[in-house]
Amino acid sequence: MRIEGKALCLPQDIDTDVIIAGRYLRTKDRKLWAVHAFEDLDPGIAPRLAGAVIVAGKNFGCGSSREQAAIALREAGVAGIVAPSFARIFFRNAVNVGLPVVECDCPCTDNTLVVAELEEGYVEMGGSRIPARKLSPRMIGILKAGGLVDFWRASH
Amino acid sequence: MGTLSEEILGAPAGEYVDRKVDRAFVHDGTGVLTLEAWRCMGSGRIADPSRTYILFDHIAPANNSITANLQAELRQFAREHGIRFSEVGGGICHQLMSEGEVLPGEVVVGADSHSCTLGAFGAFATGVGATDMAAIWSEGMTWFRVPHTIGIRLSGTLPPRTEAKDLALTYVGRLGMDGASYQAIEFSGTGARGLSMDDRLTLSNLAVETGAKAGLFYADRVTCEYLAGFGKKVVPQVPAGCCYARTISIDLHEIVPVVAVPPRVDSVKPVSELEGLPIDQVFVGTCTNGRYADLERFARLVAGKKVKVRTIVVPASGSILARGIESGIIRDIIAAGCVVGSPGCGPCLGAHMGVIGEGEVCLSTANRNFRNRMGVGGEIYLGSVGTAAATALAGVLTDPGGA
Repeated sequence: MRIEGKALCLPQDIDTDVIIAGRYLRTKDRKLWAVHAFEDLDPGIAPRLAGAVIVAGKNFGCGSSREQAAIALREAGVAGIVAPSFARIFFRNAVNVGLPVVECDCPCTDNTLVVAELEEGYVEMGGSRIPARKLSPRMIGILKAGGLVDFWRASH
Repeated sequence: MGTLSEEILGAPAGEYVDRKVDRAFVHDGTGVLTLEAWRCMGSGRIADPSRTYILFDHIAPANNSITANLQAELRQFAREHGIRFSEVGGGICHQLMSEGEVLPGEVVVGADSHSCTLGAFGAFATGVGATDMAAIWSEGMTWFRVPHTIGIRLSGTLPPRTEAKDLALTYVGRLGMDGASYQAIEFSGTGARGLSMDDRLTLSNLAVETGAKAGLFYADRVTCEYLAGFGKKVVPQVPAGCCYARTISIDLHEIVPVVAVPPRVDSVKPVSELEGLPIDQVFVGTCTNGRYADLERFARLVAGKKVKVRTIVVPASGSILARGIESGIIRDIIAAGCVVGSPGCGPCLGAHMGVIGEGEVCLSTANRNFRNRMGVGGEIYLGSVGTAAATALAGVLTDPGGA
């Protein structure tokens, strides 16, 4: 499974409160979460998310378990997220909503093309190939299905 | 012979296991998405309604029509499927699960990150997202990677005017915001055995702020006596003498009153270094510090005095509020000039009542101080109940030792 897009660099310890603020949670309108993603960090980020690969520092998605954070990024058209480590609930949520996540420690330059190969386990950016942790076959299966709901429907 | 997590999950650290879930709960916030995912999955069944809980706490009572409609749908769903339900004002999900529901040795999942609170009972309790929960509703099972464990060995007793909250912030500060990522924390030692159930719940509650999957205590005499109060008979767990990935030791004598400086929970400083900082609002409550012992401590410190800043006190559950009314501590809190809110999460996540304004600073007994969490442009310092009381009375950040 392969993802690619322009790099959008973010710092470490991005919490789910800044991905989507608590004040926007009480709705089923998924587009609303996409529009307000990262609003409290920088309102200029949301318009850049479509087709981007987020390349962040360690511990991405820490804090609240709100799945709206992963949904917001998927709805916004983020191709995937590359970070040296993820907070575990966000990591699981991302896979469950069909948002590719790649554990890889790579330097980031904004707008550079990023390619990540999830099964083979590497990320290519700016002419160099950096090893990434491979996802389990089950996780790849869920991502390929588009998320746990569709994976579950297909297997029951 | 393993860690408590290994014993409960039945496999060594690092292995993936499919495990039956003993109790699963959601709140009004995560329940909406869980219900949506569950409907899309199309199983049409709830594996075990008697062990499935929907507990309203995040925006309770509802603040507007959108929230009210979402809650009405969940309420109706719980009724149709015979799911255990707690109405607005019942209290915070983690607190309700700690009032005689969760038992030692159980596997407990909550659709909320602070579900790790319930590890205080010697249960394996962790947070999951809504879609994972939808699958758990259908199947009664989920998968886990058995975590490696960091041991926190506690010795001694806390000095006067310090609390489990100061100890909790201290260990978060030492481990850092991702210091225990993908791992469990086990609290042990003579210092752990001397802590009350309320103190243990506070310590387990903050485990997720280090990235931990769970924060566990071994069930002992204190646990058994506490659960006996709810009519539950349990036996102590015997530590297996296991091996930890890493061990840190904390001498409780050395703990001082601390606060976490925004916007990081691991940015922990002694209150004495920041005394005099202007504060606009004090908030006492949440799944960290909204229990009866917390409210009683707060009432004792403010009784007969007047607070100098607006102070919001929110009991963690309806039974705590009822007990507080009966004992008179709620009267003392109100007489001191505080407002008491309906049991639930209160202003913690900035979704309804008690939101702070731009440039305002709140001293909160909660567990998160992320940017804009309690209101756009506002800042949150996290501290103990004693620090909250001293600060409320002085109107500026104040060390409880000097109060």
